[in-house]
Amino acid sequence: MGSFLAFTIFGLVTGSAYAIAASGLVLTYATTRVFNIAHGALGMVLSFVFWDFSVRQGMPTLLALVLVLGVVAPGIGLLIQRVVARGLGDAPVSVSLVVTVALLVLSIGAATTIWPNEARSISPFFPETSFEIFGGSYITAHQVLTVVLSLLVAVLLYGLLNRTRIGTAMRASVDNPELLKLFGGNPERVAGLAWAIGVSLAGLAGILLVSTVGLDYYALTLLVINAYAAAMLGRLKNLPLTFVGAMTLGLVTSYASGYLPTDGVLNQVRNVIPALFLFAVIVLMPQAQLRIGQVKGIVSAPLPSPLKAGGWGGATLLFVAMVVSVVSEANLLLVGIALTYAMVMLSLVLLTGYGGHVSLSQLTFAGVGALAYIKMGNTGLTGILIAGLVAALSGVLVALPSIRLTGLYLALSTLAFGVIMDKLVFNADIGFGSNGSLNAQRLTLLGTSIESTRVYVWLMAVFFVGMAWLLLLARRGRLGRMLIALRDSQAACGTLGLDARWFRIGLFAVSAGMAGVAGALYAGLRGTVGANDFLYFQSLILLLLAVVFGVTSMTGAALGGTGLMLLPVLQSSYPAVGGLLFVVIAVGAILLARNPNGLSIYLFSLGRLADRRLGDVVRQRLPELPVPGGSLAGARQHARSEHQANEDAERSLGSVGLADDEELLEEGTRVAQ
Amino acid sequence: MSHSESIASRGGHRALLEVDGVVVRFGGVVAVNEARFDVEAGTVTGLIGPNGAGKTTCFNVISGLQRPTSGKVWFDGRNVSNTPVHRRSKMGMGRTFQRLEAFGSLTVRDNVRVAADIHSGALPLRRRSAGKVDIDALLERVGIAEYARERADSIPTGTARLLELARCLASQPKLLLLDEPSSGLDETETDDFGDLLRDLAAEGCAILMVEHDMDLVMGVCDTIHVLDFGSIIAQGDPAAIRNDPAVQKAYLGYSDEADEGHPVRENHAQSGGYPGDEYDTSTDLPPVEATMTLPAVGSGIGRGERR
Repeated sequence: MGSFLAFTIFGLVTGSAYAIAASGLVLTYATTRVFNIAHGALGMVLSFVFWDFSVRQGMPTLLALVLVLGVVAPGIGLLIQRVVARGLGDAPVSVSLVVTVALLVLSIGAATTIWPNEARSISPFFPETSFEIFGGSYITAHQVLTVVLSLLVAVLLYGLLNRTRIGTAMRASVDNPELLKLFGGNPERVAGLAWAIGVSLAGLAGILLVSTVGLDYYALTLLVINAYAAAMLGRLKNLPLTFVGAMTLGLVTSYASGYLPTDGVLNQVRNVIPALFLFAVIVLMPQAQLRIGQVKGIVSAPLPSPLKAGGWGGATLLFVAMVVSVVSEANLLLVGIALTYAMVMLSLVLLTGYGGHVSLSQLTFAGVGALAYIKMGNTGLTGILIAGLVAALSGVLVALPSIRLTGLYLALSTLAFGVIMDKLVFNADIGFGSNGSLNAQRLTLLGTSIESTRVYVWLMAVFFVGMAWLLLLARRGRLGRMLIALRDSQAACGTLGLDARWFRIGLFAVSAGMAGVAGALYAGLRGTVGANDFLYFQSLILLLLAVVFGVTSMTGAALGGTGLMLLPVLQSSYPAVGGLLFVVIAVGAILLARNPNGLSIYLFSLGRLADRRLGDVVRQRLPELPVPGGSLAGARQHARSEHQANEDAERSLGSVGLADDEELLEEGTRVAQ
Repeated sequence: MSHSESIASRGGHRALLEVDGVVVRFGGVVAVNEARFDVEAGTVTGLIGPNGAGKTTCFNVISGLQRPTSGKVWFDGRNVSNTPVHRRSKMGMGRTFQRLEAFGSLTVRDNVRVAADIHSGALPLRRRSAGKVDIDALLERVGIAEYARERADSIPTGTARLLELARCLASQPKLLLLDEPSSGLDETETDDFGDLLRDLAAEGCAILMVEHDMDLVMGVCDTIHVLDFGSIIAQGDPAAIRNDPAVQKAYLGYSDEADEGHPVRENHAQSGGYPGDEYDTSTDLPPVEATMTLPAVGSGIGRGERR
């Protein structure tokens, strides 16, 4: 009985800290419609700042606390709102998710750069003081403080929202920022305040938890899952329900750690309770209504003609063949890794680039594919195919709970899925084993196992090109058109008779399946794979790099894959810049998030520019040819009018000057001729 | 004529669409209050009323995008109140949107093609072979064939509305719900559009139209329902509606200067559109209804429809 009481107290204390974090999350989401995945990461950074002030610089604890929560945290919040999050609420969910994922990675990158990895600790507040309560249980002053602070936060937030003018404006802003503006409110100021308070609450929760969780880059970052599991109970809007959710979660976690057996699968369950709680809440959420309002301003990357796609695919295969025949064995492995990542990024091209959905656990699906491939023991092409199917099935399992909800919940489900799989499957005996690894056989084709890594890597390139071709084929066909239509307007698709929910699940499954195939091939490449090959944090970096290089084109996927492969290489050769690279990627993703075509689109326009500039020069230097009209002037005239037609065609295709369909350009050229 | 009477008088026969005491509440605001009306096959029916009267919310309820607080919607003799959007569409309901919902990154032709694809079954396995749609003929009929190869987000508003109509027609609907289809069209285009509506009705299609262009409404509608503060305040043929005192009060009763048209229009433009379309806050408003004879009053703020 005594221990039950102790666990209850501990649960309520943890729940209080979750409640503080969750209420910050709700406040920001409700007033700005931006779900801040970086909420926990910001709490982590602020805990480090608090450590820096109070321990390293030796400030008095109270002063450090006031400085962190009253100055640094609101400052960061305001900065994010002004520089990063402004206008993000109206953007598609895929954009705002990418931006906040970038913030998360940015936070981790900054923290690892400023405070390199070493043992640090923050002692709890009033470490000496504790009170005895009935039954010989003790409650520490720190724990009392946590509960008191959470109650204080609840009361203050209630007072702010219901008793003050700006609070009314905040609630109004939830409903309609435009109307708020008409009535003299200032949505920008409201959003700024919401971010400032939200980040402060993240910091407070982080600092309160750090004495139990430890000053760790990742543990506190994952706090966001606990916070949004709690917030989800209040449907990301309702603060009282959020507090109920947080307390429930705290209690369940505490009882689980007290009463679950310490061996077997159940031992691992305690680590994933927030994620499981989240799935349960998502399943119980009522059906969301179709969102009216088209997504605007998305310019697709040019879709290459079948001829062009064939040419580029062939060129890629030739190029990889050349590369693998000259590089060393070690670098060969890197090429294979790059191709793996590139294939996973192709799955994001389908999901995010075409479909407008975000997955935060794409590498987990690759891991599922790898695991299925190894456990199946079938090394033929069917083995690869089955691995893909198993991964696709796991994709369905993730998407199914959020079938009735909006895209945001689907993305959050994937984050929870990544954590659950990592802890419950990959690191367990049914997976790769705790910190273990499994041996994988190479693919067998026509009865011979491909032992030569050179041939194998080239074969991976064949898979990459094959997937890319299939994607382009699908994009050109009716399914591709439907995908784009669904991304542009869900409501219109619904009223035209398309059941968006099943379509979305299918899309998710195919994307996961592609990642699974990549994972299976990767297992064969490495020979031994473990859970560390498929870390969920790496999935986030993968998403960001995909966005930076362009998530709408095959070129973007190839470049992104190469970039992700180079990342650890650069980090090991220049350890000092390790964290900074994260920062660079995150900033790039923030800058490019609104244009999903990424850097590769500039590459395409560069190519076209070169053609226009150099093409003219070449044409002018041409010797006199027997063209219709017969004279050099005629030839020049001809060249110019062709150029003109090209330009006209581009201009007619919208302000960005990019053709959705390059055939159009070709058409223009033909007409001019 | 109450609802039960209307059924009784037709010997239990139901109209193609029946809105049966629909109530929609957003918090304390009643956007639609006990709305009752029928739409018969082969007719053009107008749904008019001042801004914020609940017309678009009514459309959302009929098409399934908004769940009513209470009340029922009957379509083709079946209670569709709990039927999801896409299934209502499969049953033969099509709609256009007041705030454009064209597929911006597809070409005009592909917009219609997608609709035809969806209509014939999203997956190859379930594809229906019957009822193949001639897309180019459809674009020609609606009058936007010249835009076929342009991206849908680069065409003028009026054209985009016609595109939405063409897209709708590709799914061969029995009932067309048109939300302000003529705003953005010039006079000749509006005339052609009116002819098109009459043709469609003659082919047996039922059309329910929210429209502010009173010349068009009075010209093409067989029946008109007037909505104010979420309630139907008058129903009848155009002549009856024109002379109905309740309608005149609803349109003219709030402010005399509304007769001038100008103050009202400015107000409308500032409001950033209609609160019923809560999410889209962009500034590309549909052009104001210049040809309105009964001006819309107020911007609808304060009795707006919020989620």
